[in-house]
Amino acid sequence: MRAKVLRLAAAIIAVTITSPFTSPPSAMAQAQPPVTLKVAIVQQIDSLNPFIAVFQSSTEVGRLMYDYLTAYAQADQKVVEGVAKTWEPSPGKLTWTFTVPDGKKWSDGKPLTARDVAFTYNLMLTNEVARTANGSFVANFESVTATDDRTVVVKTKAPQITMTALDVPIVPQHVWESVTDIKNYANDQVPVVGSGPFVLTEYKAGEYIKLKANRSYWRGAAKYDELHFVYFKNADAAVQALAKGEVDLVNRMAPAQFDSLADKENVTRNKAQGRRFNELLINPGAQTRTGTPIGDGNPALRDVRVRRAIARAIDLDALVKRVNAGYAEVGTGIIPPVFPKYHWEPSAAERRTFDAAAAKAELDAAGYPPKDGVRLSLRLLGRAGRAYDEQASEYLKQSLADIGIKIDVQLVSDDQLNQTTTAATYDLAFSGWGTNVDPDFILGLHTCGQRPGADGTGGTTDSYFCDAEYDRLYAQQLSEFDEAKRVEIVKAMQARFYDQVPSVVLCYENALEAYRSDRFSRFPVQPQTGGVIMAQNGVWGYYGAEPAAQSASSGSGRSWLGIAAGGVVVLVAAGGWFVARRRRATAEERE
Amino acid sequence: MRIAGKLGGAVVSLSMVVVLGFFLFRVIPGDPVVSWTRGRPTTPEMQAALRAEWGLDKPLPQQFLDYLGKLLRGDMGTSFTYSRPVLDVISERVGPTLLLVGTSTLIAVLLGLWLGIRGAWRRDSRFDRVSTGVALTLWSTPTFWLGMLLMMATGDLFPSRGMRDTDTAPGFFSQAVDVAHHLVLPSVTLIAVVYAQYQMVMRSSLLEELHASYLTTARAKGLRDDLVRRRHAVPNALLPVLTLVFLHLGLVVAGAITTETVFTWPGLGLLFYEALTGPDYALLQGLMVVTAGAVVVMNVFADLLYRVLDPRVRAA
Repeated sequence: MRAKVLRLAAAIIAVTITSPFTSPPSAMAQAQPPVTLKVAIVQQIDSLNPFIAVFQSSTEVGRLMYDYLTAYAQADQKVVEGVAKTWEPSPGKLTWTFTVPDGKKWSDGKPLTARDVAFTYNLMLTNEVARTANGSFVANFESVTATDDRTVVVKTKAPQITMTALDVPIVPQHVWESVTDIKNYANDQVPVVGSGPFVLTEYKAGEYIKLKANRSYWRGAAKYDELHFVYFKNADAAVQALAKGEVDLVNRMAPAQFDSLADKENVTRNKAQGRRFNELLINPGAQTRTGTPIGDGNPALRDVRVRRAIARAIDLDALVKRVNAGYAEVGTGIIPPVFPKYHWEPSAAERRTFDAAAAKAELDAAGYPPKDGVRLSLRLLGRAGRAYDEQASEYLKQSLADIGIKIDVQLVSDDQLNQTTTAATYDLAFSGWGTNVDPDFILGLHTCGQRPGADGTGGTTDSYFCDAEYDRLYAQQLSEFDEAKRVEIVKAMQARFYDQVPSVVLCYENALEAYRSDRFSRFPVQPQTGGVIMAQNGVWGYYGAEPAAQSASSGSGRSWLGIAAGGVVVLVAAGGWFVARRRRATAEERE
Repeated sequence: MRIAGKLGGAVVSLSMVVVLGFFLFRVIPGDPVVSWTRGRPTTPEMQAALRAEWGLDKPLPQQFLDYLGKLLRGDMGTSFTYSRPVLDVISERVGPTLLLVGTSTLIAVLLGLWLGIRGAWRRDSRFDRVSTGVALTLWSTPTFWLGMLLMMATGDLFPSRGMRDTDTAPGFFSQAVDVAHHLVLPSVTLIAVVYAQYQMVMRSSLLEELHASYLTTARAKGLRDDLVRRRHAVPNALLPVLTLVFLHLGLVVAGAITTETVFTWPGLGLLFYEALTGPDYALLQGLMVVTAGAVVVMNVFADLLYRVLDPRVRAA
């Protein structure tokens, strides 16, 4: 019996160890394994179909597969060539002519022309489902026509400032014209024909996505062969995987995770300026578009003096230091400093410095004297499980108690928080947004028109802010094509927002990333200083990554096979031990 | 007749699951349309279109009737998240779950039974005390914590996520080894956390048999200890354990939410966890029907098997 077990073990070990060397010669003859960049993503992919994919991870993969009409430069995020090389608005700004240069090709070799552009936009104009993800960009379009292979003319109903910021993937007409049911088109017929720097070659739902460098990309092929995105539901595991060398690039790290990699060999960290801001919403007396009150916000908060007092009672510097562990910048305007052109900082006179005494005086003036030490009782909503909300809520609770405002902290699920803020059943709530290169989207969120309709649905407002002056400025910037003048208006809007405090911008969190410097020596960041590698307004980080000189294939190659063999040995040994022990035990019992 | 009654009961249970699944998930706070469009430039028209497409613009009773009608025709609807038929999304996750939870349950049952039998046979011996202590400690360990701990403690011996590497050579052998390599940590975690229940039930069930007079008879016949245990005591003590095993086999399909989440194992547990974000009603309902269905079927099966195995139940 024992001998049999041993023989079996020997056979298994022999097969396992020798198998790599007994594989067919063709496999062994492969000279160099492909150089692969493995990226950990902590968000799943909802769809590969660019018309319906809404998750940030999917949009990022979509950008790698399909160029947009225009792109944002790596160094300074200025608008540069995408599918179109040049663009020209008519004097009234209602007609835009885009020129697609000769020579651009789809990954299957067919020419990329203005007709593809017109096809994409027209598909969105005529098909409701095709508007699922990016419909807002074409909502103001009157017509789109390709006058020839090189020229596409877009007519808009009203002047549209975002005409060079249309974040819509342009798809190949020769593939998509035969798609009859966009909703159910998975777009996973590999290799997926695209125009971007990478071509999708394999997708396993919930596991990974593989892309290959597009050798015919018009900017030139990437400097390595393959780009793999592997999905991690568990962010801690992703950080572990980077430390072990299982993946090459990780982002969206929490400060503690980022710090844990500080002394890791061959790991380079990148602390970048983020595109997001965290804010504290203050329900300013929510109303629907039609002017009917909605929700149950505390009426005291309709008084701007109360809102200012709350803002003044929060020490933002201390908050960043304690809650963000220093990995954030103190908040001011709603456009983060990573977009320096539009970012606004209050002047010394405008700035609300932390001052509890002044806050109390303001509450006195507003008619809220303390009764038994309490002036007001407010609810504060945050996301359960999100470290920032959990810690900041405790901090705010204390700060506001100091000026006589009693806070009832309620931590709820992400979905519930969204639902509650949409229904305006909050007094104070944590929120936050990512911003784009063009400020239109984030500015628009705070206009009166973004509030829900009479039935309480259809709203995308962030703060239930509705201010005539702000809306007037918003309309003005929307048709101001002189950039310097637009910048001024955009800053004036942020000043107005800051003054009226429908929310307090608490901080701009840093984007914390890290990569394996033994595998990749450099990643282009956007913007040039303090920029990010992943989640860019573009694909420069992935596209321009430079493999390290002696870079081997990712992972430990065959070592896992050795490990597996080890595992088998252990298993067999354990089995043998068990059998032997059993026999001995029985023998003893017999005696 | 009795079997027909059991099957009828199962059908009733399943219908309850369908009703409960529909309304239960709609009680979860969250508006899928708001969740899905948040953070993106969205017009009210786009929101309304989405609401209509998902059928959320209709009154709740109407939504339920629509769902029921489709379900009876075998259509579980379309997942909000993935824009694909729910049945497709679920079926591609069944394999990984069966592999992970099936393997782990099998090993946990064998390990639990072996330890339970040995512990009971040598009651209060050092082996019994240590193995019971270890089992109970692991049983009360949080799965998430144990998983992370194993991941860190094993260094780079085992992968941190998923079911396979992206650059494993194609071909059955290398793929199988790769999957096995990925299977180690999640299954060890799962086994460590669940085997105690089998051990405990087996142990106490065998202890009850220990003083039965048929064992004395067997010993009096001159059988050696090992045979008394294997041929007489254990078969009788196995019955309650079998019930437990079958109840758990039904749960195998539901996956192991925490373990699959820690190791990003692409199974039904992870899918369930992700579907709660949104919430993706269509997918949640589908998962509920499939997983609860498996439990109901396994229960009926256990019930029938019990009759076959134990003549006393048959007679009752």
